[in-house]
Amino acid sequence: MLRFTLRRILQIIPTVVVVALLIFVIFSVVPGTFAASLFADGKRAADPQMIARLNEEFGLNKPLMERFVTYVTDLAQFDLGTSFRTRQPVIDLIHDRMWASLKLAIAAMVFALVIGVPLGFLAAMRPGSVLDTVTMIGAVSGLSMPQFWLGLLMMYLFALQLNWLPSFGYGNGSFQNLILPAITLGVTPLALLARTTRAGVLDVLNADFIRTAHSKGMSEIKVVRWHVARNALVLIVTTVGLQFGSLIGQAVVIEKLFAWPGIGSLLVDSVAIRDIPVVQGTILVIVLWFLVINTAVDLIYAAIDPRIKQE
Amino acid sequence: MTAPLLDIRDLHLGVALGRSAHHPLLKGVTFQIMPGEAYGLVGESGSGKSVTSLAVMGLLKKPLAVSGGEILFKGQSLLALPKRQMRRLRGNRIAMIFQEPMTALNPLSTVGRQIAEMFVLHQGKSWGEAQKLAVEALRNVRVPHPDRRAKNYPHQMSGGLRQRVMIAMALACNPDLLIADEPTTALDVTVQAEVLRLIKELCAERGTAVLFISHDLGVIASICQRVGVMYAGCLVEENETRALFDTPRHDYTRGLLGALPRLGSRSQHGRQRLIDIDSIIADRSKLTETRFIAPRGAEGSKP
Ligand SMILES: Nc1ncnc2c1ncn2[C@@H]1O[C@H](COP(=O)(O)OP(=O)(O)O)[C@@H](O)[C@H]1O
Ligand SMILES: [Mg+2]
Repeated sequence: MLRFTLRRILQIIPTVVVVALLIFVIFSVVPGTFAASLFADGKRAADPQMIARLNEEFGLNKPLMERFVTYVTDLAQFDLGTSFRTRQPVIDLIHDRMWASLKLAIAAMVFALVIGVPLGFLAAMRPGSVLDTVTMIGAVSGLSMPQFWLGLLMMYLFALQLNWLPSFGYGNGSFQNLILPAITLGVTPLALLARTTRAGVLDVLNADFIRTAHSKGMSEIKVVRWHVARNALVLIVTTVGLQFGSLIGQAVVIEKLFAWPGIGSLLVDSVAIRDIPVVQGTILVIVLWFLVINTAVDLIYAAIDPRIKQE
Repeated sequence: MTAPLLDIRDLHLGVALGRSAHHPLLKGVTFQIMPGEAYGLVGESGSGKSVTSLAVMGLLKKPLAVSGGEILFKGQSLLALPKRQMRRLRGNRIAMIFQEPMTALNPLSTVGRQIAEMFVLHQGKSWGEAQKLAVEALRNVRVPHPDRRAKNYPHQMSGGLRQRVMIAMALACNPDLLIADEPTTALDVTVQAEVLRLIKELCAERGTAVLFISHDLGVIASICQRVGVMYAGCLVEENETRALFDTPRHDYTRGLLGALPRLGSRSQHGRQRLIDIDSIIADRSKLTETRFIAPRGAEGSKP
């Protein structure tokens, strides 16, 4: 198990390297520069002298190869460069934002897990029951609802009308500020989890070894505890992993809507003004996030399923 | 005369189709198994052998339901038994082995643990004690290195070994009746013989009665004293194994026997001809009403 764990963790490294190179290539071919974007609003006439000076300062008029070498050597020392806009190290900018993002994603996932998995389980235990029907209708509605619309609705209801919760902002990390964005972000994974849990449990319930378990004289509760739960977990872990990764993408919208100072809103703002070092750094961190979650999922698999370690 | 251990009387069973409609699968099956007796049920696939065994276990799943008749175990009606009491019998007094050794065991749990569950469930043992008893149970079914094997997961075992695990599990609580539904069909021929011998010897030793289900008369003959022949949801013939082979009374049985390759018996062409049962059972839909086989095909009966 230790060797398996180490191997899976080491496999992250080459992927990160390839992704870092790809990111560099992509952002050296995208049109537009930071200097030019300063005048993009059209309020001021573009000042060619100033553009030239800024490009000089950021080293943007050096040859591509030279910039590439700088990028790689900096990266090797965990230096993601300096923001064009704030002149701060990118790593500091990301560091500030990352915890807010992580907090939001984890809160959303916990919300989705705590409600989605039990609902899916119960629905599968009694297929065709009222609970099953209601859960599945709810899941389809949850999946088809646009998140920003749901966010607005919740803001309107809980913040403006009922005045229970703050409508937006980080509120210095208070729990109350977390509730609305986390629920909004958590609805999609909740719906998906309820559905996959139900499908997974139904699948397991039809397996031959469940019939064996019943033939041993087990009560339904013991059958579920001893034989269904672990087997259903495999599918649940996959869904959680996939959703956890993509949460950060979905968070872009939610962070904007709720003025949440996360990595998603940092990315959107930086793309808009061509603050390339920040964009590159943010994307790299997001990729790393995906990789870490994928690795974690693989390790959990191996812990659940003895057949995986063998390969 | 002793009372039968299992007494199935005029068992009707079918698929429920809506409120009142009902598609019959068993149309009045009657047979008895004496304590310690090995009884064979033979018949083509789809003839209703498995549903009969599931009815005894009380494991019929939804559209399937018993619609009439009685199943008595030691004189007690299983159909009328409350769920909780049925669970206490199941696995404990009546145990079952299934056909598919590949899928009948939980892939995420060690075989030792899966056997140990029996002792925890029915004998109130602690997990620690139960694990030790599980190793003994593996030893009893002649699994080499039982202590090591108990820690194996099903995927680390061959089909034959897994079926031994199933047998160990079924016999763990010394049941009065073992139901074996095609336990060797999925196995290689050589392994098949070993597993059969194991079931035969263990049950004889412990005086466990067996309901042995197979579509293979040869397999049944090697293990059972009496045989019932099932055909399209009916028990069409029942006899001592020897007598059935010597004087089959029913056309279908004759067909089954004809389809059995036998060493030494050669026809005039120098090669043995196997009889094709398909020609006998081709028109089953008509037969279900009369419950008997119309005289047709290779071995048609003389009037
Ligand atoms: N769940 C079910 N729904 C409908 N028909 C079924 C179901 N299970 C079994 N049957 C039918 O019952 C008949 C008997 O099946 P089975 O007992 O499995 O046969 P055997 O074990 O003799 O091969 C078959 O015709 C089969 O198609
Ligand atoms: Mg069958």
